[in-house]
Amino acid sequence: MMGGAFTFNHFVYLLQGMMWTVVLSALAFVLGGVAGFGVMLMRTARTRLLRQISFVFVQLVQGTPLLILLFVVYFGLGVVGIELPPLLAAGVSLMVYSSAFLGEIWRGCVESVPRTQWEASECLALTRWQTLVDVILPQAARIATPPTVGFLVQVMKSTSLASVVGFVELTRAAQVVNNSLFTPFLVFGIAGVLYFALCYPLSRWSRSLERKLNVGRRQAA
Amino acid sequence: MSAVVKLHDIHKSFGSVEVLKGVSFEIEKGEVVAIIGRSGSGKSTALRCINRLETIQSGTLEVCGHRVDDQSLDLRALRQDVGMVFQSYNLFPHLTVEQNITLAPRRVKGVPNREARALALESLQRVGLAEKIDAYPEQLSGGQQQRVAIARSLAMQPKVMLFDEVTSALDPQLTGEVLRVMETLARGGMTMAVVTHEMAFARRVANRVIFMHQGKVWETGPGDMLADPKTAELRDFISNGL
Ligand SMILES: Nc1ncnc2c1ncn2[C@@H]1O[C@H](COP(=O)(O)OP(=O)(O)O)[C@@H](O)[C@H]1O
Ligand SMILES: [Mg+2]
Repeated sequence: MMGGAFTFNHFVYLLQGMMWTVVLSALAFVLGGVAGFGVMLMRTARTRLLRQISFVFVQLVQGTPLLILLFVVYFGLGVVGIELPPLLAAGVSLMVYSSAFLGEIWRGCVESVPRTQWEASECLALTRWQTLVDVILPQAARIATPPTVGFLVQVMKSTSLASVVGFVELTRAAQVVNNSLFTPFLVFGIAGVLYFALCYPLSRWSRSLERKLNVGRRQAA
Repeated sequence: MSAVVKLHDIHKSFGSVEVLKGVSFEIEKGEVVAIIGRSGSGKSTALRCINRLETIQSGTLEVCGHRVDDQSLDLRALRQDVGMVFQSYNLFPHLTVEQNITLAPRRVKGVPNREARALALESLQRVGLAEKIDAYPEQLSGGQQQRVAIARSLAMQPKVMLFDEVTSALDPQLTGEVLRVMETLARGGMTMAVVTHEMAFARRVANRVIFMHQGKVWETGPGDMLADPKTAELRDFISNGL
């Protein structure tokens, strides 16, 4: 049914959806970041078994569409009696998804720090953990910023998939509004602009961070 | 005099390639030993075995009372007694000179932050670079970076210092400033094992020279032996260079 014009209330409804997109993204990123850090530690561990387990995990997750992951967590767990609310189901799926990708991105950054930095630290009697925290990670972070924020932008857009488990984020909200108004260009156009408003500052931030990190290193002390 | 470093019949292989074929030598307390030899003769490997950057296949190896060949070795205790300086400096590029020097003392020995700067300054004075305490490594010349690397090692108050071709990446003029620092250190009584291609330094500063060839200690003696080599291989090495 074509139900009238786009009103301010519709816009507020879209903004609410956008807020849930942000919440879901933040959830995915914080939880995925913590788990991804664990994946990175395992992928670079000295114990072979840990490396192998994390490798299989990463391959499995990276080879599975996020949508399937969502179905497994939401419907699959439902079958065995674990009913997750849509937000949690989407959050968990995105966490697993992000942890594999972030873990792999960060592993690459950690491994791009020359091995001689590990060796020099070892010779100074620093432990592996101290070396990681004080020597390796600060150097890896510099390289990691652009791909990490790039991935964050991707995750933010991927949260739209959570609409399939009934979670009303921005995309779902736009669908709902459009179903009553049937003005797809307008409604989805606005949704698109709102996504852009979320992602563009992130990209800008990534670029400025990159620049700042480079300058910081060159500055005379 | 008691030996601080004792290698006895060390064998070391990488895969199926035997790189050290029964290496034995000792270093006395306060002694400076120069290790010379062709590229690939096993000098770096021997040095790296001493602080367990490489594990050996057989032989006995004792350093400052630590049984390096033993499974139960306290690796971090060994590393506190043995300093090492590399050809490529390996300073931490994201830290200032002060932070480079004080990181390990603060983390490993629990030196309080307020004493750290004084410690850095003291170490830097020993290498003549006190004014560079707040600089970043990339603001320094190669020679200065290498001197900071030496200061960083010294700040842990090691009993033995290992130097692996520390001047090989430097221009002749920068080489001089690093060698002078090492000479001062040697005169100050530091126990040192120095892998080097600087024959003049070996002759003048080292108490003893070890010539390695094909994974073995081929010839050893006081610095003067370079003027009067006994083996054809050493004679060849001296006249043909590297
Ligand atoms: N990590 C390693 N893996 C395999 N072979 C190595 C390794 N390190 C050194 N080698 C080999 O061991 C031999 C001795 O090397 P090295 O001790 O570095 O000699 P030097 O320092 O006298 O030039 C060389 O043939 C070198 O190729
Ligand atoms: Mg070498």
